[in-house]
Amino acid sequence: MSKQRKAVALISGGLDSMLAAKVIMEQGIHVEGINFFTGFCVEGHTHAIREHNSSKPNRNNALWVAEQLGIKLHIVDVIEEYKKVLINPRHGYGTHMNPCLDCKIFMVNKAKQWIVENDFDFIITGEVIGQRPMSQTKSKMPIVSKQSGADDLLLRPMCAKNLPATLPEIEGWVDREKLYSITGRSRKPQMEMAKEFGIEDYSQPAGGCCFLTDKFYSAKLVDLWKAQGSKDYELDDIMLLKVGRHIRPKPHFKLIIAREEGEGRFLQGYKKEFISLHCSSHPGPLALIDGELSAEDIYFSARVVARYGQGRDAEQVDITVTEKDGSDRVIQVKPFAKEEVPNEWHV
Amino acid sequence: MQAIKETLNARRLLCPLPVIRTQDKVKQLKPGDLLEVICTDPGVMHDIPAWCRINGHTVLETSSGNHEYIITIRVGE
Repeated sequence: MSKQRKAVALISGGLDSMLAAKVIMEQGIHVEGINFFTGFCVEGHTHAIREHNSSKPNRNNALWVAEQLGIKLHIVDVIEEYKKVLINPRHGYGTHMNPCLDCKIFMVNKAKQWIVENDFDFIITGEVIGQRPMSQTKSKMPIVSKQSGADDLLLRPMCAKNLPATLPEIEGWVDREKLYSITGRSRKPQMEMAKEFGIEDYSQPAGGCCFLTDKFYSAKLVDLWKAQGSKDYELDDIMLLKVGRHIRPKPHFKLIIAREEGEGRFLQGYKKEFISLHCSSHPGPLALIDGELSAEDIYFSARVVARYGQGRDAEQVDITVTEKDGSDRVIQVKPFAKEEVPNEWHV
Repeated sequence: MQAIKETLNARRLLCPLPVIRTQDKVKQLKPGDLLEVICTDPGVMHDIPAWCRINGHTVLETSSGNHEYIITIRVGE
């Protein structure tokens, strides 16, 4: 009896990786999923922080995909290791701060380590030639295979017929004839495949699954690095970039102002790390101040925060300033007028 | 009622980190042990039960109040 072959599938939560896993499962291979958490994954966070957006299902799509496929999913925390990928990407950044090619190489390399440790035979991804301009092109795919160390143990079932045969195909673990030759950015072939497999519900993230492909998020990251004078970050830093309005009136400090109740609750959790401000005479948002501030800076910040509360048109409002140790005091300020908070301050 | 073997504090963590911490903690426990996970991200009410279903663990109880979410899990085989 031949050995039961095992593959690990990189599961993002989108349709392509779901289909790739399904194609290989259909060939009798035992498949388990793996999902890497870099800290920048869109999955989960936005719905966790903000009040619920009813147009999107409140679920982690990677877990959901694994459940639909009936496979195990291993979620791996790579936050620390990912820093070197983002801070100094060998192949550079994409349109924004997205190091897509280095990221793919990194993840396939981690999957390679995982299959060695867990006695699996090969790796599958949902990559499609021409799907993404930076990492999923015909010329880039061999780079990912080689530089990740996966070499011919990396099989891309969605476009395998357009690529050289990999070990699972050469050894006959999978039938190459039953693999696919999809290219380009059209989603039609994948939608047809989904239909054939009876998959009706799937996620189609419009902007990808990473905050680093987002123009506004990337601008906040660049601002953070510039303000601190070095390209480095902790998890809390990159979480806070996902939350609130970021307003930098002066180079040495920034305000993070909640935009709604969910963000306010999230920022509450950081009151021991930052001086916080909120309007106590009128309803208004919670704000954190990131930086070293003089008394004058705090007064100035209070006027900015007052601008975003319901007392914005009042002559004077009370702003409670809470120190990191929990002690607080109230100051009276006149809210800034709209034109006194210029767009350039918004990060 | 069987005693809780371990309590995992996953407050302030956002999904999928509570799931990852649960996954790591479960690896240290034996089949049949009870794990209680305390979180503040409401997303865990979907994600931890989903993770348990696909990995063969059982959610015995969920409760919430005061912006906290508590999930009790029996570790599977």
